[in-house]
This record gives sequence, C-alpha cells and structure tokens, in this order.
Amino acid sequence: MSKTINLTLKVWRQSGPNDKGGFETYSLQNVSTRMSFLEMLDVLNQQLIAEGKRPVEFEHDCREGICGACSLVINGRPHGPNYRTTTCQLHMRHFKDGETIYIEPFRADAFPVVKDLIVDRSAFDRIMAAGGYISVNTGSPQDANNIPVPKPKADKAFDAAECIGCGACVAACPNASAMLFVAAKVSHLSLLPQGEPERERRVRRMIEAMDAEGFGHCTNTGACSIECPKAIPQEFINRLNREFLRASFITEITDD
Amino acid sequence: MNTIARVFSYSVGRKLIMAATGLFLIIFLVEHLIGNFLLLKGDGGAAFIEYSASMVHNLLIRIVEILLFAAIVVHVIDGFALFLSGRQKRSQRYAVRNKSASWTSRNMIVTGTVILIFLVVHFYTFFVPYRVIGTDATIYDLVIEAFSNPYYTAFYVLAFLFLGLHLKHAFISSLQTLGLRHLKYDRLLQIIGTLYAVFVPAGYALIAIYIYLKTA
Ligand code: HEM
Ligand code: SF4
Ligand code: FES
Repeated sequence: MSKTINLTLKVWRQSGPNDKGGFETYSLQNVSTRMSFLEMLDVLNQQLIAEGKRPVEFEHDCREGICGACSLVINGRPHGPNYRTTTCQLHMRHFKDGETIYIEPFRADAFPVVKDLIVDRSAFDRIMAAGGYISVNTGSPQDANNIPVPKPKADKAFDAAECIGCGACVAACPNASAMLFVAAKVSHLSLLPQGEPERERRVRRMIEAMDAEGFGHCTNTGACSIECPKAIPQEFINRLNREFLRASFITEITDD
Repeated sequence: MNTIARVFSYSVGRKLIMAATGLFLIIFLVEHLIGNFLLLKGDGGAAFIEYSASMVHNLLIRIVEILLFAAIVVHVIDGFALFLSGRQKRSQRYAVRNKSASWTSRNMIVTGTVILIFLVVHFYTFFVPYRVIGTDATIYDLVIEAFSNPYYTAFYVLAFLFLGLHLKHAFISSLQTLGLRHLKYDRLLQIIGTLYAVFVPAGYALIAIYIYLKTA
C-alpha cells in the first residue's frame, strides 16, 4: 500500500570548493514511501526549481547499487541506515513521518567538496593507478582454462572484487582511512595467479599512494565494514596487513 | 630509503609499532598479575618481597624492564601522534557523528589516557620509592599503605576498568594489524581476547579490593 510521509531535511549546501558551506532546512510534504532516497531528492529539487532556487547537487549514475557514484551521509551514516545498501537503493519506507534527516557530503580532506553533496573522489583513481591493476599484453584471448584458479580462492577474490569504490568506508572512518578500499583491491588481485607478478609492489605502492593522498591510518574500528554497501569484511584488512608484511619482510626478490 | 625505515614511515607500518608494543604490554600484564597473586598468600608479604627482590637482581628481567619502559613510551607517543594525525584527516566534522563501530574502538585515546594517568600514579607509589629514591619500607609495606586508602583503591579499580575497555578492542585489533587473524580460528581468537580483557583487569582489581578489605 502506498503511504506518504512529511519530512524536514537539513541539507549541506556549499556553492563551491572555497565556500564555507552550511546547512539549509527544507520541508518536504507527501513523500511516497515507495520512492528511493535519490528520487526524494529529485522531488526536492523540482520544488526548489519551482521556487527559483538552486537545486541540490548530488552524484548518481546507475541507481541500481553497482556503480559507486552515489554517496551522502544520512543522519551520520554513509549510504543511510540500511545494511548492505547504497543510497540509490535506499527507500523512503525506512523513514518515519515527521522525521528530520541530516544529509551531508562524505567528509574527508582527501575527498574535497566540489559542490553541495558532491565530493571529488579522484584520490581513489590515483590509488588504483598506483597498483590496482595487472599488466597483460593485449591480443587474442587465451584459452579460458590456461590458468587454473582454485574455486575457494576465486570465490574469495570475487568477494573482494565486490567493492564498488564508493568511498563510504572513508566517510565512516574516524581517521578518514581508505584501508578497506585498498584492502579489497589488494586482496582481490593477490588471491589470483594473474595478480602474482606485481603482488609485492602493488601492496607497497597502493599503501604509499593512500598515505600520499591524505587518508588516515586504520584503527580497526570496523565502522567501514558496517557502512560499506557491499559489506566488505575486516578480513581483507587483515589480509592487506599480511600482504604488506609479506612484501616487506618475507619475499626476498621483488621488482622494486 | 632502506626497507625497514620505509616500512615504518607508512601509516600501516606505524600501526605495526602500536600493535607490537601493545602486544608486548599484554604479555607483561599476565606476568605482573601472576606476581601480584603472591600478595594473597597471607604470609605477611614474605613471598611477594622475595619475588620482587629476585626480579630486581635478575639481569634478564632488568633488560626486559628497559624494553618495557621503551614500549610504554613508544606506544603512548605513537598513540597520541596517530590520534592527532587521524583527526586532521577530516578538518570539517560531521553534524551527526557516526556511532556504528564499538565504543571501545572509537575511544582508545580516552581509555589509553586514563591508563597513562594511572601509570604515572602507579610509578609514583611503588617504583619511585622502591627503586629510585630508596626507602626503609618493604615493597609489601608500600602495597599495604597504598591500598588501605579507599580513594587509592577506588582509583585503581577504575583504572583497571578502563584497561579492560582498552583491551577489549586492543587484543583483536593488534592481531589484525599484524595480519594474524585467521578465518579458520577467528572465533577462538575473539573469545581469548574477550576473556583476557575481562579476567586480567578483574584479577588486578580484585587483589586491590581484597587488600583494602583486609586492612580496613
Ligand atoms: C598496559 C597498558 C596498555 C596495553 C596493554 C595496550 C595495548 C594496546 C594494543 C594491543 C593496541 C592495539 C594496537 C592495534 O590496533 O594494532 C592499542 C592501541 C592503542 N593504545 Fe594502547 N595499550 C596500553 C596503554 C596505552 C596508553 C597508556 C595509551 C596512551 C595514550 C594508549 C593508547 C592507545 C591508542 C590511542 C591506541 C589506538 C591506536 C590506533 O589504532 O590508532 N595505550 N593498545
Ligand atoms: S570497501 Fe565498501 S565502502 Fe569502501 S569503497 Fe569499496 S564498496 Fe565502498
Ligand atoms: S548510483 Fe550507482 S551505486 Fe548508487
């Protein structure tokens, strides 16, 4: 059954990177509980446009929970109150009539605000460029079974590969650490034979890039895994630390 | 840069130092507690006095003692430094704070600072008169004198409550930092961590309460 609710929204507005920014309060009536959170913001923006005001800028792309473009910290929680859910997949039925909702951008100095709720997450791209890849020569495809991969390892690598690079882990972390993201990427490739040749230099370079981009250190609080829309577990942070120790102290012959 | 210097310049390497010094302190706490149990013997402190003296005269223990001081100093300095640098990574704070993670994991600096204050008082009560200034009183006399004071005992018990809270997160966290958690026996490690965080501080606190009740 379709129901509607009335909401008070406290939305972070910031006209540009150098603007100080602040909260604006909006009241939104008759919001269908069948809407997604982003559709609710679309409705708010229609209302603002009708009033001749500047609409709220926010990021989105797929709206089906797979691209990692949407963000937002909703009442203190990256991607909102639901476990394993991106903001675009969050629906208004999880909010109460008359509720006040705080909407803030992902906050980290490494993710500077571009405008309103949009932050620049290109720091993640630079971490990926530092080592989050495998080097292969292009050409005709290999036979699919040329490189055997044990099923449990393939499954585990796939669990890590679920990371959509959204940055909610950074937003949730008290130190704005990117450990969970880097852990997912490093684990994904180090579990597979294709990732083996660059295994040591990958972990070192990605950690170096993570520090250089201004992300904090990891205190193992676990907030990242709780807020991660893909529920990437702490297990991978353990694995990242192990990969780092292995590359630093155990492997003798490395390519950097 | 050589490999070792490079490793410890990374955030991940800095955490290795926290974890290693913390784990060292975790092991030390067990040894210290076992020694303290001698206070319960009811022999007027003879066994405890002998034990303390044997520690002072053992070269190996003296070396470990220096490592222990070093571990505390490094752990405290790195703890504060990491805390401050972590805060600086988000200069614009959230209006609504995230409380998803456990209280203990979010407040390591708070519980750690209480432990630090305790350590200063603890050294002042026992180490300074016994080892630095020198006193006619035996180490057992110092213990009895300290814990006959209800305020001292209450402060001591409270400090160990905070130690327990620190350890609740610290134990499994240090294993994760060192990459020592393991999917096949993670549950066991978590149980050991929780048991340690409850029973070791409780042991210290109960000995203090026992002495207070006996002398009161
Ligand atoms: C006997 C006392 C202590 C023990 C056994 C202990 C043990 C530990 C352990 C095992 C960790 C986990 C390290 C990791 O996450 O890898 C830790 C973290 C921490 N300790 Fe202690 N600690 C003690 C005293 C202190 C004191 C006096 C301070 C004073 C500031 C302190 C501050 C911290 C902080 C801030 C962290 C979190 C570090 C981070 O992840 O950012 N600790 N402690
Ligand atoms: S680990 Fe989770 S929260 Fe972090 S970037 Fe990947 S999907 Fe987003
Ligand atoms: S818009 Fe693609 S994950 Fe939300």
